[in-house]
Amino acid sequence: MKNISLIKEYSKGVWKNNPIFVQVLGMCPTLAVTVSAINGIAMALATTFVLLFSSILISLIRKIIPAQVRIASYILIIATFVTIVDLVMKAQFPELSKALGPYIPLIVVNCIILGRQEAFSSKNGVFRSALDALGMGTGFLIALFILGSIREILGARTLLGFQIMPNMFEPWLIMILPAGAFLTLGLLMAYLNSFAIKKKQNEKASLISNYKLTKSNISNREEI
Amino acid sequence: MELILIFFSAAIVNNFVLSYFLGICPFIGVSNKISSAFSMGLATTFVLVITSIVTWLIYHMILLPFHLEFLQYVSFILVIASLVQFVEMFIKKVSQPIYRALGIFLPLITTNCAILGLALFIVLRDYTFIEGIFFGLGAGVGFTLAITIMAGIREELDLANIPEPFKGAPITLIVAGILAMAFMGFSGLITS
Repeated sequence: MKNISLIKEYSKGVWKNNPIFVQVLGMCPTLAVTVSAINGIAMALATTFVLLFSSILISLIRKIIPAQVRIASYILIIATFVTIVDLVMKAQFPELSKALGPYIPLIVVNCIILGRQEAFSSKNGVFRSALDALGMGTGFLIALFILGSIREILGARTLLGFQIMPNMFEPWLIMILPAGAFLTLGLLMAYLNSFAIKKKQNEKASLISNYKLTKSNISNREEI
Repeated sequence: MELILIFFSAAIVNNFVLSYFLGICPFIGVSNKISSAFSMGLATTFVLVITSIVTWLIYHMILLPFHLEFLQYVSFILVIASLVQFVEMFIKKVSQPIYRALGIFLPLITTNCAILGLALFIVLRDYTFIEGIFFGLGAGVGFTLAITIMAGIREELDLANIPEPFKGAPITLIVAGILAMAFMGFSGLITS
């Protein structure tokens, strides 16, 4: 574990192990709040804050927590940070807090956060855990921003509040309804999968051609 | 009448899975076979009803009188986690067949957003004790309905010729999207 570079510790969560597109974790907030890009960003920032601080705290006290009650302790720590985020948002950004509604407290049961504590912070040092949390948070932010932008552009003609589609474009109401969330994410994942499959096929093809090349080289040599 | 409205509103019109996106993880994870999906739905319904009772009591009997509302999330999640554990032990003691059918699903329920979501909605909407129970029951029935329908469709999908990139999660999400559209037909049935 220790020989992985620090940059990789951060970057693995951003794309290669993206919590949404690759690990398929934390679906509830992803689908529910991405009606607009700004909601998605706010949700991702709130989640990243909770993830970062609970990762730091848990990796600091990982040797004190008894193994039998670790899950309960993690959840308690996460719930504490979620309470902080919720109260701050209610005081500073009342509109956003109202728009996100019960999905801010629901960060407590977001599988991404508990998953990272169990899989990473409970076994690694503070610095690496913080980097890992930031990476996962960035990946989550990218996913929510893409999803929120697509739904906002097609469903309300705007992006971050600015109108970018012409007036003659009829907004697709379905995109801002629950069904649109499922369809958009499904199609997006399929699109990303098609890239991964193509890459795999290319690798396979190059492997086979390499094999054939060496085989023919060997047989040529034998003939000589 | 009011209670029946709350029940049907939670079960069908504002289905927890398809319009609030609560409980998506088991909805995608455990919807491979009808039998296991139905067991998961039953276990979740059971926990939902008990949660609605316990969290209502805690909020109105302990947190409100002592002005401890800021402890809401911490206490709810702790209660839910221990409740699930307790229910698991109770079922194990009372009935082995039920335990074998539900056993593996019970621990998963702790991190099911539907449970905490239900507790939060009950506080947010200011439901009375009885209303809360009906809301929990409706949410559970709605969850069972959605996950069982989904499992039925996925059993058929196994035999279908799906394009390679759509296999797995993408096709499940798209089926869920079409299901959500179908459930939209119920909207306007009850306005609440």
